[in-house]
Amino acid sequence: MAVKQPVKFYQVGSFAVGNRLVDLSRRTAQADAHRANALTSGHRACQGCGEALGARCVLDAAMAATDGRLVAVNATGCLEVFTTPYPETSWNIPWLHSLFANAPAVASGVAAALAAQGRSDIRVIAQAGDGGTVDIGFGALSGMFERNDDVLFVCYDNEAYMNTGVQRSGATPAAARTATTEAVGPEPGNAFGQGKDLPRLAMAHGIPYVATATVAELHDLEAKVHRAMAVRGARYLHVLVPCPLGWGSAPSDTVHVARLAKETGLFPVFEAEHGVVVGATPIRSRAPVEDYLRLQSRFAHLFGPSGAVARPDVVARIQGLADDNVARYGLCPPVDDHGGGDGGRHDDGEVA
Amino acid sequence: MLTQIEGSRAVAQAVAACRPQVVCAYPITPQTHIVEALGAMVKAGQLERCAFVNVESEFSAMSVAIGASAAGSRAYTATASQGLLFMIEAVYNAGGLGLPIVMTLANRAIGAPINIWNDHSDAMAVRDSGWIQLFAETNQEAADLHVQAFRLAEEVSLPVMVCMDGFLLTHATERVDVPEPGQVDAFLPPFEPRQVLDPAEPVSIGAMVGPDAFTEVRYLAHARQLGALERIEEVAAAFTGVFGRRSGGLVSPYRAEDADVVLVAMGSIIGTAKDAVDELRRGGLRAGIVGITSFRPFPLDAVHDAIGEARRVVVVEKAFSAGFGGVLSTDVGLAIDDAKRRVATVVAGLGGRPVTERAIASVVEDAAAGRLERLRFLDLDRAAVERELSRMGRARRSGPSAENLVRDLAAARRAGAVVGRG
Repeated sequence: MAVKQPVKFYQVGSFAVGNRLVDLSRRTAQADAHRANALTSGHRACQGCGEALGARCVLDAAMAATDGRLVAVNATGCLEVFTTPYPETSWNIPWLHSLFANAPAVASGVAAALAAQGRSDIRVIAQAGDGGTVDIGFGALSGMFERNDDVLFVCYDNEAYMNTGVQRSGATPAAARTATTEAVGPEPGNAFGQGKDLPRLAMAHGIPYVATATVAELHDLEAKVHRAMAVRGARYLHVLVPCPLGWGSAPSDTVHVARLAKETGLFPVFEAEHGVVVGATPIRSRAPVEDYLRLQSRFAHLFGPSGAVARPDVVARIQGLADDNVARYGLCPPVDDHGGGDGGRHDDGEVA
Repeated sequence: MLTQIEGSRAVAQAVAACRPQVVCAYPITPQTHIVEALGAMVKAGQLERCAFVNVESEFSAMSVAIGASAAGSRAYTATASQGLLFMIEAVYNAGGLGLPIVMTLANRAIGAPINIWNDHSDAMAVRDSGWIQLFAETNQEAADLHVQAFRLAEEVSLPVMVCMDGFLLTHATERVDVPEPGQVDAFLPPFEPRQVLDPAEPVSIGAMVGPDAFTEVRYLAHARQLGALERIEEVAAAFTGVFGRRSGGLVSPYRAEDADVVLVAMGSIIGTAKDAVDELRRGGLRAGIVGITSFRPFPLDAVHDAIGEARRVVVVEKAFSAGFGGVLSTDVGLAIDDAKRRVATVVAGLGGRPVTERAIASVVEDAAAGRLERLRFLDLDRAAVERELSRMGRARRSGPSAENLVRDLAAARRAGAVVGRG
């Protein structure tokens, strides 16, 4: 059963989701001692890995939503490598890895096979990093979308090719340093005006459900998985997963950095049905992009040794991108009068 | 049922009789008629409990087949040429995973220059992918080999590629006894995979394997191929038991027992070669043929025995390795393992160039007389090649040269026409 979370509770100040405060039936799958542990402990991800966190949350929620009838297809990448150094495996679910570029098509094949066998009760998830999604796997993904195959495709976006040593992908943000967009020359880091906005490309296919989420908001992430699994056809979930290694952020800051991505407006959290945005999670406490950038050494070239902003022009351009998102998705709605006096903060409203 | 039918349609009906559960299709000439026919059967409800997936590329066609097979369904697709090369990463993956996918390869040349006609370059390009590769001589054999392919694939846990010559077979209408579903049911048991993606029994498939075990995993793939070497003859015999005709097997010798000169070949060219051999025998030249049906696994012993004591061995092949020579002939050389008998390679029929009975006969005559060089390109227009070589020699620059050649040949044809009119 899909568990909808109409209201999200936050402990003001700590930003921690107050699982203790919600009704038992509305607690997260992660809070359940009997959760599936689809991706179980003992794997070899780095400390603070956002992708491991995201995959565990998504798959346990999907297992809960499908009553354990789930098959996962995985593209090549960190998630595949750190979970299955054979004969060890961290997967407690049926799991298939074929290649880097073909996870959407392999998942289509699994779904077609199950349909032909009359076993459509078993649901299919495909998962990949941003490289496997927006770059090398995009042709197959677009085909899967266009055919409206019964697959939920989850992109764990850490904004570069981390498995091969932090090279630029089509999802790498402007100005970010990677191994192939070094922080040298007059325009250090990744160029502006490039990259693919996959959630919007997915929406352009008119598929039943598209959503974005971060690993900072578990209730929201799980609710979106439940909603996705309640629908048939092609669905797309784009989860922002910070990578301490590639982003140069502290492993203990993974959730904090993910939350700032949303709170700055750089990563809009929204959902869409049949190509139309039906809800966006408002920014709760708007932060300037500088707060987000400073926590990550991939943007260190924007700041001087003393910590002063060395490239105010670049920071301003990035702020402009965040402002565009805020305007596009309406991320900062007007605050109710009776809620005034909290410095512009307001509780998360209902999602959709 | 005996019927006049196009090769592609015969194959489609044979595949349908095998009750595939997932068929994926991406158009490429000359295999399109096969998947078109299968698609129509699924849409019309004649092929039940089968998903027909129109994918966006050959790479996805093979990937869908991989997912379907891993999920426990009988999966089929067809491709050719550039399409095979576009899916090659997934082809190797299916081989490595040991998934019993069956694919028709409507053999076609590989560009550049782009060419839609028949040769065997595409099949040779995936020689080492771990797939079983069977070559059909006729449309009857093409249809029959598909039925055998599913049984073989599922018994030895390897994908099987049935190679049939593009156009020469796919588009040829001839008499075929198309395998009937009832007969196929008696021959081909339902697919029962040893490992399947099932929530009731979760497995991880496609894990990373490091240096500690990779050699052993690859060896096991080789062992499965060697096992297939035994099974191919058994499956062919079982097929004869049900269908009452011989198709498939490892090799198909023709008048080779006492032959002085043996031609070795694969595919539809064997039909033309048979006519040439009959004609030569009438003239007193003891010629014979060893047709190779199973290219991978390669039947070293069967080829060795079939060639026997023949004095000359000539491999006529529709592909070659640039900078080296024959591909099939290298394997045949290993099979005869004889320092005194050097295998001659005749590269023929590239990009759809017709191979005539007369041309084959002259090759055999030259071989018998000791006039056949180690590597011959049959019917090569040497003058055209020399002109371009001399141009290339004058100015060392890189870049494509096919257009020069075509222009020369067109000019020569125009000149010929003018002379002819005069």
